[in-house]
Amino acid sequence: MSTLLVASSTATVLGRLTEGTTEGGKKTFESPTKNDFDFPGLFSHDGWFTKPILIVILMTTLVAVFYVLASRNAKVVPSKLQFAGESVYGYIRNDVALDAIGHEGLRFAPYLATLFSFIAVNNIAGIIPILQIPSTSHIAFPLVLAILSWVIFLAIGIKKNGVFKYFKDMMFPPGIPIPVYLLLAPIEFFSTVIVRPLTLMLRLTFNMFAGHLVLLLFVSGGEYLLLHYSNHVVGIPVGILSFFMSLVLSLFEGGIQLLQAYVFTLLTALYIGGALADEH
Amino acid sequence: MASTAAVLVAAGDFNPLLPKTAEIIVGIVAFGLLYYLLSKFVFPMFEKAYAERTAAIEGGIAKAEAAQAEANAALEQYKAQLAEARAEAAHIRDEAREQGKAIVDELTAEARDTAARITAHGEEQLVAERQQVVTQLRGEIGRLAVELAERVVGESLADEERQRRVVDRFLAELEQSQNGTSA
Repeated sequence: MSTLLVASSTATVLGRLTEGTTEGGKKTFESPTKNDFDFPGLFSHDGWFTKPILIVILMTTLVAVFYVLASRNAKVVPSKLQFAGESVYGYIRNDVALDAIGHEGLRFAPYLATLFSFIAVNNIAGIIPILQIPSTSHIAFPLVLAILSWVIFLAIGIKKNGVFKYFKDMMFPPGIPIPVYLLLAPIEFFSTVIVRPLTLMLRLTFNMFAGHLVLLLFVSGGEYLLLHYSNHVVGIPVGILSFFMSLVLSLFEGGIQLLQAYVFTLLTALYIGGALADEH
Repeated sequence: MASTAAVLVAAGDFNPLLPKTAEIIVGIVAFGLLYYLLSKFVFPMFEKAYAERTAAIEGGIAKAEAAQAEANAALEQYKAQLAEARAEAAHIRDEAREQGKAIVDELTAEARDTAARITAHGEEQLVAERQQVVTQLRGEIGRLAVELAERVVGESLADEERQRRVVDRFLAELEQSQNGTSA
C-alpha cells in the first residue's frame, strides 16, 4: 500500500496517473494513454474537485489578480505591470477585434480579451511545473467556450438581420445557379452552425491533449529508460536525451498553447465579424 | 490491491470526448466571473488610459503646432524687420550719397566763387599798384628828365651869361608870383 502511494505520488509529480505493471521484478513500459487525463478527486477519490478544476480556479484567479493589479491606478504613463496588461488587452483589441470585426469590434474586445486570457493561462498550465496539465485538454472547458462563442455570433447575426434573413443570407448567397443551392444550402448551414463550434472545441481540446501526451511520453519514457531499462548503456543516455527532449518540447508546447488561444480568439472574432457583415 | 484494480477500471472508462458536469459548471462560473471582473473593472480602465494617452498626445501635437506657428510668426517678423532694416540702410546710404554729392557741389561752387573773388581782388590790386607805379614813375620820370635836362643843358650852356639870365628870369617869375599872391 505504501509503495503504491509512493509510486502514485511520483507519477502525479510527473503527470502520470497510470503506471506500468510489474512482472517478475521487471517493469514493463506502458506508453501514456487517454487514461492519463483521468484525474481522481483531490479530497475523495470520486469527488468532483479534480486537478483540472483546481487549475482552472487557480489560473483564473491568477489572471484576474494580474489584470486587477495592472489596471489599478491606470495612468497615462503606465507602470510595467499596467503596460503588460494593456499590451495583452491592446493586442486583442486592436489586432483581433478591430481588424477582424471592424469598428464595431470594440464592443467585443472585452469578451475576446477575456477569452484569450482564459484559454492562454489554462493552456500554459500544461508546462507549469506541478500543475503540468492543460485544463483545456478536458473537453468540458473548450465546450463551454465554444458554445458561448457560437451563441454570441448566432445571436449577433440574428439580431442584425432577423432569423429569416440571417439564415437566408447564410444558406443562399446570391449569384449562384439555382440547382447548386441544393448542395450549397445544407453545406453552408452545416459548416456555419454545426462545424464551427465543433471545430473550435475539438481543435483546442485535442491540441492540448496531444501536446500533453507527447510530453508525457518523453518524461515517462525517459524515466523508464533511466531507471528500469535492462541495458543501462543504452537506457541512461537515451533516457537523458528523452528528458532533454521533453524540455525542448515544453518550450514548443508553450508556443502552441499561446497560438491555440490566439486561434480560438481570432476565429471567434472572424465569426462575429461575419455575422455583422452586411453581405454574405 | 482491490483499490488499485478499481482505479484501473475507473481509469479505463475515461472518454476524452465526454465532458464532465462539474468541469462544465466550473468552466462557466470561472469564465463568467473573469469576464464580469475584467469587462467591468479592468478593461474600462485600460480604455480610459488609452483615451487619456490619445488626448495627451493630441494635446502635445497641438501644443507643438502652436509653438511651430509662433516660431514661424516670429521668423516672419524677423525677416520683415530685417528687410525693413535693409531697405532703411539702403535709403540712408542713398541719402548720404546724395548729401555728399550736394556737399561736394556746394564746396566746389564755393571754391569757384572764392577763386573768382581772389582773382578779381588780385586784378584790382594789380591795377591799383600799376596806377601807383605809373604815378610814382611819372613824378620820377619828370625829376629824372629835369635832372637829365639840367645836366644836358648845364653842359651846353656853361657860360655865366646865360646862367645869370636864367636865374634872373627865374627870380623874376618867382617875384612876380610872390607879388601876385601878396597883392
